[in-house]
Amino acid sequence: MNSVLSISNLSKTYASGFQALRNVDLEIRRGEIFALLGPNGAGKTTLISIVCGLVNASTGRVLVDGHDIVTDYRAARSMIGLVPQELTTDAFETVWATVSFTRALFGKKPDPEHIRNVLEGLSLWDKRDSRLITLSGGMKRRVMIAKALSHEPQILFLDEPTAGVDVELRRDMWDLVEGLRKTGVTIILTTHYIEEAEQMADRVGVIARGEIILVEEKIELMRKLGRKQLSLHLQKPLERIPQSLEHHHLELSADGMYLIYTYDTRAERTGITRLLGDLNEAGIRFRDLHTSQKSLEEIFVDLVRDRR
Amino acid sequence: MNLRAVAAIYGFEMARARRTLLQSIVSPVVSTSLYFVVFGAAIGSRITEIDGISYGAFIVPGLIMLMLLTQSISNAAFGIYFPKFTGTIYEVLSAPVSYLEIVLGYVGAAASKSIILGLIILATASLFVPLRIEHPLWMVFFLMLTAATFSLFGFIIGIWADGFEKLQLVPLLIVTPLTFLGGSFYSIDMLPPVWRTVSLFNPVVYLISGFRWSFYGVSDVNVVWSLAATGGFLVACLVIVARIFRTGYRLKT
Repeated sequence: MNSVLSISNLSKTYASGFQALRNVDLEIRRGEIFALLGPNGAGKTTLISIVCGLVNASTGRVLVDGHDIVTDYRAARSMIGLVPQELTTDAFETVWATVSFTRALFGKKPDPEHIRNVLEGLSLWDKRDSRLITLSGGMKRRVMIAKALSHEPQILFLDEPTAGVDVELRRDMWDLVEGLRKTGVTIILTTHYIEEAEQMADRVGVIARGEIILVEEKIELMRKLGRKQLSLHLQKPLERIPQSLEHHHLELSADGMYLIYTYDTRAERTGITRLLGDLNEAGIRFRDLHTSQKSLEEIFVDLVRDRR
Repeated sequence: MNLRAVAAIYGFEMARARRTLLQSIVSPVVSTSLYFVVFGAAIGSRITEIDGISYGAFIVPGLIMLMLLTQSISNAAFGIYFPKFTGTIYEVLSAPVSYLEIVLGYVGAAASKSIILGLIILATASLFVPLRIEHPLWMVFFLMLTAATFSLFGFIIGIWADGFEKLQLVPLLIVTPLTFLGGSFYSIDMLPPVWRTVSLFNPVVYLISGFRWSFYGVSDVNVVWSLAATGGFLVACLVIVARIFRTGYRLKT
């Protein structure tokens, strides 16, 4: 596997005694979009902050394209662009000045053409001479992304990139991420919005209580854990599930009007045909049926709940 | 070395000074001019010469030092505290910038501002009193050394401070009193023997004395002691800054 980011045995305990990360191992592939999901306080931001040099790890090692983030921090950080969760911008600088400032911090020679492209790509070109204090929250978020892209990073961290932004910006962000992926940039994003991970990510990692509890291809994850449910709307309510149907492990709704059958889409036989035959034999008629598949969100909630 | 980053931080800080020209330059110049009017012209005209120097001229090095110390500290402290306060420090910490480069950028800018200010005050003083500088190179050296040392001290305060009150605490409650009692407006030879001895424990005495020597060739303490005291404080500040960055104190958790 061609890893661009390699995290091994990473732990972090804050001075307060709170353990934010516990022996995290994670490999990020070059050019992929990786979504890190987790509830509040799970350790997502701590993980990103350690990789980017904002927080000191307690133990463990992080390599960015083979460069250790402590002993070879210049090479490691040069490759990374960070869009933090909080909207933190200067107030009196212009958009152009602040984006150029970040590029210079990364030791890159001035490249007005690149800055122009970045600003145009984020619909900020018209605002290039505006002071940051005059911009709306959404515009400031765009500026922060522009800053992170100013030095042409190979790895982009987006920490909750669409938290509190409007639909238009969210869609622009998705387009931007897709565009960056085409240029070979590896993108790691943390999000609460499962929809975002579902739409954009190649792989999904789930973190809870400082531990990575799952890393999986998104499609595989949804296929593996995404069991389907068949709901049968009955013509007459049932008091209980007949004995002849017990081996199907059905659930009966509280009002007795629905029978719910859970099956695995990967299985050679889903058991639907047999179930319908058994229902017919038992004289149970239904007026409607529908199937549903678990969303990534439901899978995620299940995983985190199981962990508690 | 990431010189572009040093230049970027330096440029950012100098731009901030340009935006706040009234506060950065005009205000200290006006307040220093008031000192000259009150102590130099009004009260000073009734005070006899000190070490053969008119009182108005005698206080010039002390007044420049007073401004140099307070402005170096507040410029550097604010320079690093504000990004901490707003959160924008993240981009400096996550950039491929060494600690030395961060210090050069922030402290270099704060020291530059103070030196410019010191020279402006010197020019202003020359409008009020006749000035002579016997050792101009030493004068410039003292000016630069003091500006760099106290900008570094201010940088430490800016990192240590976790609120605006703490930012003002050291300059207002420690540095300003020490400067006033450090011979800005008098020679410590004018004090009773006991207070003269007490004054020798005030580090600012050595700074003002050395600086005044570069102007008039007279000093309260040997100029070598002045250099040693300033150099010693510079080394102490460097050690503290190195420790701050090694541990990530108040910058990284």
